[in-house]
Amino acid sequence: MDGFTPASSAMGGALIGAAAVALWLGVGRIMGISGIVGGILASMAGGEKHDLGWRAAFLVGLLAAPILVDTVGGIVEPAPSDAPALVLIAAGLLVGFGTRLGAGCTSGHGVCGLARASKRSVVATSLFMTTAVAVVFITRHVLGA
Amino acid sequence: MASLFVGLAAGLLFGAGLVISGMIGPAKVLAFLDIAGDWDPSLAFVMAAAIPVTALGFKLARRRDGPLRGDRFSAPTRTAVDGKLILGALLFGAGWGLVGYCPGPALAALVYGQSATWIFVVAMAVGMVAHDFSSWRRNG
Repeated sequence: MDGFTPASSAMGGALIGAAAVALWLGVGRIMGISGIVGGILASMAGGEKHDLGWRAAFLVGLLAAPILVDTVGGIVEPAPSDAPALVLIAAGLLVGFGTRLGAGCTSGHGVCGLARASKRSVVATSLFMTTAVAVVFITRHVLGA
Repeated sequence: MASLFVGLAAGLLFGAGLVISGMIGPAKVLAFLDIAGDWDPSLAFVMAAAIPVTALGFKLARRRDGPLRGDRFSAPTRTAVDGKLILGALLFGAGWGLVGYCPGPALAALVYGQSATWIFVVAMAVGMVAHDFSSWRRNG
């Protein structure tokens, strides 16, 4: 447990909550990252464009934030995943397809959905958490990778 | 214009939250998911702070008729737990557990220029487009 960071993790969590509230009060939309990115990709492919503005601006803010926080706070960038390229590709495809099919990820279902006490989000969050725990258990403790 | 500022501010807050909470790093996420190993409960503290702040904000927002920009609050309308939701959550969970990236942290970490993150995000975008394309075809 040498990496346990309760204070900074709770502080970061509060900021994530503040972001969700800002988006809700500001434009009346749920902060779901898979929905925001999926929406941008769909717009590029010729889909609806009316939400493209705030979604693109959100993405710009998301990308600028690590640079800003690292500059101001001197936080060291985390190590990237050490998984082989094939595993990264498989994981990316699963996360991309799965979050669109299930209409949400950790932010949309896990934070906003649970805050709204949505039954769909409670089910989705329980399922993706349990599945991810099972996959980590298998890869680390059964296969010993 | 105002909606762009809202989007930018929310993106900055969210991204800062991911960095400060440590969730931008896949190793920290995997350490939470690894309950049989050297368990790091930090992610639970992120959720335990984020959810009540969000719930309080949503509750206060009920006093308003609508958002500052846009005509109404667009809450999700679907309430049924269907096969798509279940299968989607299972697939997402499997991918998340494989490497420890979910969409937000993976995107934010792109600016670090690490090749693993870029490979993951490109595959994720392909997965998203593949889903949307297949559902467009099914729905005509």
